[in-house]
Amino acid sequence: MIVVVDYGIGNLGSAHKALKSIGASAELVDSPRDLSGVTGVVLPGVGSFGACKSALKASGLESMVLDAIGGGVPMLGICVGMQMLYEGSEESPDVPGLGLVRGRVRRLTGAPKIPHMSWSQIEYINRGSESALFKDIPEFAWFYFVHSYAPEVTDDSIAECGYGNGFSAAVSNGKIFGTQFHPEKSSNQGLALLSNFVAFCNREAAS
Amino acid sequence: MPNVRVIPCLDVDQGRVVKGINFLSLRDAGDPVELAEYYDRSGADELVFLDITASSDDRAIMAEVVAATAQKVFIPFTVGGGIRSNDDARLMLRAGADKVSINSAAIANPGLISDLAHEFGSQCVVVAIDAKSTNDGGYEVFSHGGRNASGIDVFEWSRRAESLGAGEILLTSMDRDGTKDGFDIALTRGVVDLVSIPVIASGGVGTIAHFIEGAINGHADALLAASVFHFGEITVKAVKDELLRSGVSVRPYGS
Repeated sequence: MIVVVDYGIGNLGSAHKALKSIGASAELVDSPRDLSGVTGVVLPGVGSFGACKSALKASGLESMVLDAIGGGVPMLGICVGMQMLYEGSEESPDVPGLGLVRGRVRRLTGAPKIPHMSWSQIEYINRGSESALFKDIPEFAWFYFVHSYAPEVTDDSIAECGYGNGFSAAVSNGKIFGTQFHPEKSSNQGLALLSNFVAFCNREAAS
Repeated sequence: MPNVRVIPCLDVDQGRVVKGINFLSLRDAGDPVELAEYYDRSGADELVFLDITASSDDRAIMAEVVAATAQKVFIPFTVGGGIRSNDDARLMLRAGADKVSINSAAIANPGLISDLAHEFGSQCVVVAIDAKSTNDGGYEVFSHGGRNASGIDVFEWSRRAESLGAGEILLTSMDRDGTKDGFDIALTRGVVDLVSIPVIASGGVGTIAHFIEGAINGHADALLAASVFHFGEITVKAVKDELLRSGVSVRPYGS
């Protein structure tokens, strides 16, 4: 069972619908639940970093997410859900992130337009081409982005997007993954990525 | 230049797609969900649903359409028509829309733009502007489906919408809409070059060359069309192939 964390901001149901469409067992949870049978956590997010982080905490779901990670449950953060994995963001400097991956989220620089609202290609960096998340997804695949801030490229980045001066398009640290793009809105390649995450969760649960 | 998006627009009345769609081998060509799936397979980058249902009592039908679409279509889609409040927007977003588009309600109450941006984030607030040329060479904003002149200048309104928190502008030329004479390039370029948020050009497409003009001469971030796609005169693939040949960056068909 994959739980999609619904802390009441915007349209967070799309990831859940996409997971269902690929045949995954997935549940949208809007209040903390016990973690028995939970094989993976998906943390979506839209809007501002500070608003998402506050809503996540207020909903009581932040501690559920941290407990899951502490228990070795794989996790995928999407868009602001990815950004919250970092130490913090320029968008909301007073609000600390979850600190699960190193680095910070910064406003896009050198970009022809902000927000970056388009399909863009990603390039694998560091261990990206071997990542379970990108299995059978070709290099330079296209994904849908909509954001004004993005994480800086660090050693944990597994893909970079060259929009403007470039930013980290995907990250992984152990069983924690994040994508700045929206796999749930990226048609076939996005669904393939979500299938890869589900397969990873199933393997981890079985091991 | 960011990668240009190609966006089919579907007019929906009482839960059914209207404006004769008769070319596709669909079981039910009036079913918005089937059409949305078709356009996803065809390489569309996004979709826009325009709810033209007259009565606001029927808004719940649109929410059902959105919910059914969101189960099966995994590209971004915008819903416009009849959204007058945060409650209306929330209904569509919770049903699965990625963005809402507002037009007349924003003209009557510009604060709605900031209210929506504040609650849902700018990325899901599209301000639709219906523009008509004036005798002195300018452009005036019209409301209520193009029936009412507002007296507001299109360029001023574009800038104001951006400053209030709009994430995108959907700019329709009323002069060109339905003519197949091509986008109004002066209008499109004027707005695109004025604001820093993305602008979707709309109204007037008749040929593939018009899409190229919209991107290259109009500087549009996205190109919207309805009837040329629905009648099968032009496919999304043909548009994208030609944009790429013309040096415009787009997500290629089939990728």
